[in-house]
This record gives sequence, structure tokens and C-alpha cells, in this order.
Amino acid sequence: MKTINLTEQTVRDLNQALHAQAVECTEREWEVLEPKGQHNIACGLDQNLSVDIKGPTGYYCAGMNKKAHVTIHGNAGQGVAENMMSGTVRVKGDASQAAGATAHGGLLVIEGNAAARCGISMKGVDIVVKGNVGHMSCFMGQAGALVVCGDAGDALGDSIYETHIYVKGEVKSLGADCIEKEVREEHIEELTELLNRAGVDEDPAAFKRYGSARQLYNFKVDNTSAY
Amino acid sequence: MCGIVGLYLKNKALESQLGALFEPMLIAMTDRGPDSAGFAIYGDEVADDSIKLTLRHADENYDWAALAEKAQTELNTGVEWFKNSKVAVFKIQTSAAIAEAFVAEAAPDVLILSAGQSIEILKEVGLPENIAETFSLKGMKGSHIIGHTRMATESAVTMEGSHPFSTGMDLCLVHNGSLSNHNRLREELKREGIVFETENDSEVAAGYLTWRLQQGDSLNEALTNSLKDLDGFFTFTVGTRDGFAVMRDPIACKPAVMAETDDYVAMASEYQALTTLPGIENARIWEPEPATIYVWERNSQEGAK
Repeated sequence: MKTINLTEQTVRDLNQALHAQAVECTEREWEVLEPKGQHNIACGLDQNLSVDIKGPTGYYCAGMNKKAHVTIHGNAGQGVAENMMSGTVRVKGDASQAAGATAHGGLLVIEGNAAARCGISMKGVDIVVKGNVGHMSCFMGQAGALVVCGDAGDALGDSIYETHIYVKGEVKSLGADCIEKEVREEHIEELTELLNRAGVDEDPAAFKRYGSARQLYNFKVDNTSAY
Repeated sequence: MCGIVGLYLKNKALESQLGALFEPMLIAMTDRGPDSAGFAIYGDEVADDSIKLTLRHADENYDWAALAEKAQTELNTGVEWFKNSKVAVFKIQTSAAIAEAFVAEAAPDVLILSAGQSIEILKEVGLPENIAETFSLKGMKGSHIIGHTRMATESAVTMEGSHPFSTGMDLCLVHNGSLSNHNRLREELKREGIVFETENDSEVAAGYLTWRLQQGDSLNEALTNSLKDLDGFFTFTVGTRDGFAVMRDPIACKPAVMAETDDYVAMASEYQALTTLPGIENARIWEPEPATIYVWERNSQEGAK
């Protein structure tokens, strides 16, 4: 295992060393010590690496991730796993705003709470939050799934496209065009698989499903005169 | 962008280290605000029949001794004072109104940065690190302190536009964000008798709280009312003689993180600014909820919220 201490080396040194593995992967396991809330740690990885960050991180940790498995043993700042393509990002603590924003694929697991706009404009990523999510989570969510084991704040799924949302706790309010939907067998299967992948022990039958009423983003001929 | 930081000591034994604990917090927020920096420190209280003014003159060699002597003679009262860079702290045994009127009359080119029993405000244009050194922040003592590093967006990079702002007795507010209704609100508050020194939106927020506190609101009530009347984006940290509060607007797009231990409550725009605090590894750390008021007051046993 390779260890990098961020009080001795810079984030740029770390990211450079991780990117160097993209050509020939000789060192799969990495440990990052004393991150102290610095920004842009372990960004842009595109190799099947395992990176353990031992402490709280700042903005955009594990952004643009491809194939790598990044674990943050602490809280994460804004935009964790932003624009992830594949792989896994796991936050052991809480995540700040816009976790998993615009991410296209992979799995983001937040073991604590996530703040506002979790999964904003998500485009295919799966996000599992063990705690609560803040307001406007899944805003303009386009594809993928958001699973919330706790409660959701105001305007959940505002202007949502086709993301699947599952919430076990209370939903403070639903955003524009987001409605509660029937839970069918295929959804129980999807949720079971997501919970298993995330390693979260919850009963899939206890969740409600939310999604798009599909009223907002279709052109309506009735409105022609308004244009 | 701007960075804001605050530290409120629950453990009195730490009061001698307040400046030393706070200095790295302020400097850590340089990336968020390299244009100017400042802080309001609370402590070294004067008696209820006295007032403490923080005064500033552009000339570092300004003759503060002459001004102090004049105050002593004209107001016929005791004056204690000390100088720190371009700033002097005057402790005068009289009311705020009399002391402020005296300064305005006797030294119209002197700026009053703060007035109260406890507060001292120190701020300058420049890098936070240089400002902390200029004022010897590291050696300062006190019970609580709030600070600001500014990236100028709403008004010019000037000493007057530097934060923090105080518009009432012992009140200080630091703001990250931008208010959209500050012009109209400033006019309304002027009619209520609140005086503003700048065109800055954050000063309007400070003025608003001053006005609400004058109307008899508690700090908690004043902040609750501000959620109705202030429009825009804000994360606020507020200091009063006895209290410390943090609040974010309902959209909460401006960042904030808080940490609490048995010894202190700390807030910062980013976690980076909290890493040097003792016991931070085991502190309770959370992100303040939108439109939720977090208050700590010395005279209240109640914890928060």
C-alpha cells in the first residue's frame, strides 16, 4: 500500500501520483493521511484504484471519478463525487451540498447525512444516503437512482426527469412535477440491489417511491398559443 | 466569495489563548477573501457607566494622546487608551452618545469602528496574514471573536468597505453572500435613525439587527425577523456582548460548517479553517440547516437552536 501524507506533500503531488497509475497500474491501494479539509483530493482518477482518505475532505473530492473506489473516513465538503462516471465513492461521515452533482454512473454511498441539492442534475449515478438529505435533492435528476434511508428536505425531485427516488423517512415537500408513485416488484428488486451494493441493511418494503409526473418537460400542444 | 469564521469560548480557561486559536482560522480563509480582513473581539469589558470606542485614523502617527487629553478636559472624566497600529481603543467614563459626539466634533477625520462595553473591531485592506500580524492578533485575549476575509463583489476594496461592520452597541455581523433588497431596506432603516457609513449590503444587515435589538427583540427574535425582511443569499455570524449566533438563508447556497466541544463553539465557511482547533477530531461537526438559528448566550444555560 502506498501512503501519502498531505501535510508533507501537496494535493497536486497526490493527484499526479494517482494519475500516473492510469498508464500502468502498479500500485492499486492508496492511503491518504491528514487531508484536513483540502479541496480536489483524488480527482479525475481513471484506473481501478482503491483510495482511503483518513479524515475530512474539502470541495470536489473524488470528482470525475472513473473505475476507482474512494473511501472518505470523515465528512466531505461540497460537490463530492461530482460528475463521477463509474466506480464507487463512499463517505463515512456527512456530505455537504451538491453531492454526486451531474454524475453519469457509479455508486455514491453517504453513511451520514447529505446537505442540500444531493444528486442535483444526476445523469445515471446511483446514490445511497443512510441519513437525511437536504432541500432540492435530485433537482433536475435525469437518470439513475437516489435512495434516502432518512428524511428528505423541501422540494425533493424538483423538475425531475427520469431519476428513481426512494425515501424511507418523511419528505418535507415535493418539488415541481415530482409525485409519489406506486412501488412495483421491479422497484423492490432495484432497491434491494442498490441497498446490497451499498452494504446498507434496510427493508426495501419500507420505502416509498417518487418520480416524474412527466407534465413539465413535454411540449404541450394546448400551450401553443403561449409561444 | 468571502470567508467568515467565529470562535466562542465556553471554557473560560481558554480566554487567554483566544487570539492564538483564532489566527490560523482567519488565515485559512485567505483563498476565499484576499482583499481585506478584519475581526471583532469581545472581552476586557468596561463598567456599565463607561464606553469603549475603537477609533481609526489613516495616519499611523496620529496624536492619540492629544485627543485623549482633550476628551479628559472637555468631558471632565477619566480616559484610558491604547494604540494598535492605526487604531486606538478609548475607554471613557461617559455615555456612548456623548463620547461619539465628542469624537465627531473634536476629530472629524477619525473613524469610529465600534462602540460598546466589550467589542473592539480591527480591520484593514490586505492579506489576512498581514492584518493578523499588524494587529498582533495572536496575543489577544477575550471571550469570543468573529472574523471576515473579503473578496470584494458588492462595493470597492476600501478600508470603509472592509468587514466586519458594527452599527450598534457591541453588535457585529459578518456576512458571506449578497443581499438583493439592501437599497430599499437602507432607506427604511435610515428613517428609523440607523446611521450607515458605506453602500455595502452587509452593513444593512448589521443595521437591521441593531434596529430590531433596539425595538426590544432578543438576538434570536431579531434573527427570526431578518429571515422575513432580508432578501438574498447569506450566511451570517453575529456577535453581541454576551452572545454568538449563526444563521443561513432558506436557500443556503453559501457554505458554513460548525464544530462544538465542551470548550468552544466554532464556525467557518469551510472545514479547512477548523483543523487547527484543539480536540477538533472529536468535536461534534455539522452543517447549519437553512433558515435555522443557532444561538449561544453567556447568560443563558441553554445550549443552542
